[in-house]
Amino acid sequence: MSSFSVTETSARAKWISGTLVILYALITMIPLVWIMLTGFKSPADSISYPPKVVFEPTLEGYVNLFTTRTRQTQEYLEANPPQNWADEIVRQYDMVIVGPSKFGQRFMNSVIIGFGSTFLSIFLGTLAAYAFSRFRIPLADDLLFFILSTRMMPPIAVAIPIFLMFRNLGLSDTHLGMILLYTAVNISLAVWLLKGFIDEIPREYEEAALIDGYTRFQAFYKVVLPQAATGIASTAIFCLIFAWNEYAFAVLLTSATAQTAPPFIPTIIGIGGLDWPAVAAGATIFLLPVMVFTILLRKHLLRGITFGAVRK
Amino acid sequence: MAKIEIRNLRKEFGAFTAVRESSFTIEDGEFFMLLGPSGCGKTTTLRMIAGLELPTSGEILLDGEEISQRPPSQRDIAFVFQMFALYPHMNVRKNISYPLVSQGMPKAQVRAKVDEVAGILGIRDILDRPVGGLSGGDRQRVALGRAIVREPKAFMMDEPLGALDAEFREHMAEELRALHDRMGATTVYVTHDQLEAMQMGDKIVVMNNAVVEQFGTPQDIYDWPATMFVADFIGSPSMNFLRFDGKLAPGATHVGLNGHDMRVPELREGAEGKLVFGVRPEHITLTDAGDYRAEVLAAEYLGTTQIVTLATPNGEVKARIGAAQKVAAGETVGLAFRPDTVTVFDEASGRALRSAKNEGVLAHG
Ligand SMILES: Nc1ncnc2c1ncn2[C@@H]1O[C@H](COP(=O)(O)OP(=O)(O)OP(=O)(O)O)[C@@H](O)[C@H]1O
Ligand SMILES: [Mg+2]
Repeated sequence: MSSFSVTETSARAKWISGTLVILYALITMIPLVWIMLTGFKSPADSISYPPKVVFEPTLEGYVNLFTTRTRQTQEYLEANPPQNWADEIVRQYDMVIVGPSKFGQRFMNSVIIGFGSTFLSIFLGTLAAYAFSRFRIPLADDLLFFILSTRMMPPIAVAIPIFLMFRNLGLSDTHLGMILLYTAVNISLAVWLLKGFIDEIPREYEEAALIDGYTRFQAFYKVVLPQAATGIASTAIFCLIFAWNEYAFAVLLTSATAQTAPPFIPTIIGIGGLDWPAVAAGATIFLLPVMVFTILLRKHLLRGITFGAVRK
Repeated sequence: MAKIEIRNLRKEFGAFTAVRESSFTIEDGEFFMLLGPSGCGKTTTLRMIAGLELPTSGEILLDGEEISQRPPSQRDIAFVFQMFALYPHMNVRKNISYPLVSQGMPKAQVRAKVDEVAGILGIRDILDRPVGGLSGGDRQRVALGRAIVREPKAFMMDEPLGALDAEFREHMAEELRALHDRMGATTVYVTHDQLEAMQMGDKIVVMNNAVVEQFGTPQDIYDWPATMFVADFIGSPSMNFLRFDGKLAPGATHVGLNGHDMRVPELREGAEGKLVFGVRPEHITLTDAGDYRAEVLAAEYLGTTQIVTLATPNGEVKARIGAAQKVAAGETVGLAFRPDTVTVFDEASGRALRSAKNEGVLAHG
C-alpha cells in the first residue's frame, strides 16, 4: 500500500505547488513592477534599449504628473532661483512650475465615484439580499432572475441609450450620474453574492435577538450585519474594483468635472510629448487605493471567494 | 410566572397545515412537555407561543391575556434553541447580557445580574471566553443563562438537549429539571424522546400529524392512552394490541378474544366491528394453567426482567416478566392479562373506548 492520502498533502506536493504559485505570481507581477519602476525613471531611461533594470531613480515622473510647467528665458531663470526640490528637477529643462495638473482632481473623482458607488451598492444590496433571504416575497425567484439578467450582456452594449438618457437628465459629467451608473451595474452582483452569505447565517440568531427584545431592524444590524461582515467585505472589493477600473463609460459620459482617472491617464501622453514616467507614475498612484483596500480586507476576501465551499 | 392557555391553535404554511386546532393548558410553574414524532408540529407550536410564528387562527392566552398576534419582544417569553443560537461574535458575558441591555438596564446592574446567573449555572469562570470554543454542555448553560437572566414569564425550549451526546444528555436533563424546581418558572419543553418526556415532565402533550392526541400527566398518559398512537408511542416496548372482531354494548365488562372471555374495565360506550384489546407488557403474566394459549418466540434478558415475545391467535405480543421465570422458545404457555389495566380501542378511529377506569383521564384530554 502506498501512503497516499486525500486530505494530507505530502511535502513534495507542497513544494511543487508552492513553486508554481510563486512562478505564477512573478509572471503576473512583472508588468506591474515594470510600471512602478518606470515611474521613477528619467524620460531617457524609460525608452532606452535594451531596457534598463538598474538606473538612477528620479521623481521627475511624479513631478510632471502633478504639475503643469512652462519654458522660460535664461534671464527669468537666473532672476528666480529654484524654490524647492521639484523646481530643481524641472530646471534641467529650463522650465518652471506654474501650477498643479488636473491629475489630483481626477484622482479625487475616482475616489468619490468608486467608493460612493461601492457604498451605495453594498447598502442597497445588503438590504435587498436580507429581504430575499428571510421573507416570503411573491415571485422572489423571478425577481432574482431579473436582477441577474441585467448582467447577461456587457453593460457597454447599452452605452448609447444611457448616453442619451444621461444627457436628457442632466447627469452627463456629474459625480451623481457616475455613482448611479456604477451602482446599477454592481447591484446585481451585490444582491446575489450577499444573498448567498446571508442564507448561510442561521435564522436562529435573529430570532434569538427578537426574543431578547430587539426589533427586526435592530436584530438585523446588531446580529446579522456582524455575521455578514466577511461577505460584505468581499462583495465591496468586487464592486470597488469594477467601478475603479471602468473605462468605457467614463470616456463616454465624463469629460471634465466628473472625469475619473482611467480616461485621464492616457491624455498625459499628449501634454508634453511621450512622457512615459509620468504615465507610469499616474498608473502607480491609481493602483494604490484598490491595493490597500484589498490588502486590508484580504482575510475576508479569501473566505469570501471560497464561500459555499466551506461550511462553518 | 404564568399560565398559558392554547385554544384551537392552527398554523398553515401555504396549503400545508402544520398544526391543526390544538388546545391545552399549561399551569403556572409547570414543566410541560410537547412530545411527538418528527414533523408533527411541535416546533411550530412552540414558535407560535413565543411569537416567532403567527398562528393562522386560534388564541394563545398568557395569564388570561390574548397575545397570539404580538411581536416576541412584547410577550416576555424566553426561547432556548436546539442549536443554542449563541451570538458567535460576542463572548459569554455579552451573550447573557444581551436581553438585559435591550431593556436598557444600567451597566452595573447588568453585570451583577449576569454574575448571579452565571453562579447559578456554574459558568462564572468562562464568562470572558468567546462562545466559539465552548463544549456542548457549556453552550447549553450559556443559552439557559441568556434565557433566565431576564426572568421571563415562561421558557420555551426546543429540544435543548438534542445537540448533546447521549451520556451528557441525562446529566443535563437532571440539571435542567433541578433548575426548574428551584425557579419554579413555567417551562414548555419540546422533545421527540418519550423517555425524556416521562422522566422530566409534570404534564405531557402528545402530538401526531399536526394534531394533539392527548394531554395529561405522564402517569395518566402511560396508563390510559386516549388513542392507539399514544399507546404505541409511549412505553418501551409499547402497548400490545390484540385485534378482534366484536360488538360491545355500554356497560360491558368482558370481551371475547378468540373465544375466550377476557375481563375489561366496565365500558361506558359501545362499539362494533374491528376492535383492539390493549395491554401493557408488564400487565401480562405467563401461567402454565391459562386457557388463552400462546407460543414463545423469543426471550430477551434485561437483568431484573425479561421481554418475552409470544405468538397469540390475535397477533404477536410482548410480555415483561421477572428474569427468574424460565421460558424457552417454542414452548406453549397460558397468558393472563391484568383486567383493570386494559384499554379497548376502536381500530378504525384509533380512539380508546371510555371505561370506568379511563373516563376521568379522557375527560380533559
Ligand atoms: N416555514 C415553514 N414553511 C413551510 N413548512 C414548514 C415551515 N416550518 C415548518 N414547516 C413544516 O411543518 C411541519 C411541522 O414542522 P415542525 O418543525 O413544527 O415539526 P417538529 O414536530 O418540530 O419536528 P422535528 O422533531 O423534526 O423538529 C413539517 O412538516 C415542516 O416541514
Ligand atoms: Mg422541531
